[in-house]
Amino acid sequence: MATAVAEDDALWAAVADPTRRRVLDALLERGEATSTTLAEGLPVTRQAVAKHLAVLDRVGLVAGRRRGREVRYAVRPERLDDAAEAMARVAAEWDRRLARIKRLAESVQAETGINP
Amino acid sequence: MAADSIEREILIEASPEVVWGVITEPAQISRWLSDEAEVEGRVGADGTLTWRPGGRGGDKEFDAIVAIRVVEAEPFRRFSFRWNHPEGAGPDQSNSALVEFSLSEEADGTRLRVVESGIDAVAHGEEGKARYLEDHEQGWERHLGEMQGYVASKQRGATR
Repeated sequence: MATAVAEDDALWAAVADPTRRRVLDALLERGEATSTTLAEGLPVTRQAVAKHLAVLDRVGLVAGRRRGREVRYAVRPERLDDAAEAMARVAAEWDRRLARIKRLAESVQAETGINP
Repeated sequence: MAADSIEREILIEASPEVVWGVITEPAQISRWLSDEAEVEGRVGADGTLTWRPGGRGGDKEFDAIVAIRVVEAEPFRRFSFRWNHPEGAGPDQSNSALVEFSLSEEADGTRLRVVESGIDAVAHGEEGKARYLEDHEQGWERHLGEMQGYVASKQRGATR
């Protein structure tokens, strides 16, 4: 499981950054783009966009294709699913905790014999 | 809601006073959150939550000890804490996640809402994050809030 955890860790960190989500947004809108064209629509430099793309590429959320002197990026939607699942796990854990709180509180309430 | 936050709620057929006791008393916290809880329900209190192998921590091989600090404690209404910061360090936005409970009385009982935010901050502490993910390893659920909506809408966009 260590590998899976490390992978999740990186994927999580990749999508949790607001600028990277904007880069993803812009990339999804355009289908394919370079760091230069993406930077035009975002309040960040081309260098910053390139760094964010490198992070997204590393975790497999985007794939880069070299064309002459530039690299054209596109989103890999199947990896977005994994990112959603990482968040889903935290949500599921809270659902379980809330269910336990409910059970405990309702049994305490029943013991007191008074309706809420 | 930020994308690295999660919001859930549940309706409980019990008074806010009873629900408050369950979420703030150490003896109760150890019945729904960790296996052991050492923390006082007062603002600024530092404590620890412990998960034991074979307990709620599941198949962990070692004890998992997580630091917790109470941020807000407004009886029967609001209870919040930061957790997962490195032991001995003060919790802040960069090194811990924030968990906020709010209670509201309804005709049928109490609506309990929880928001956990700053999950990204915990994600950057390697040990904390590994532990964190372990805690959430079991039981994947497709349904969730904004993050999934975001992803779904983006995927539709991508396949258009």
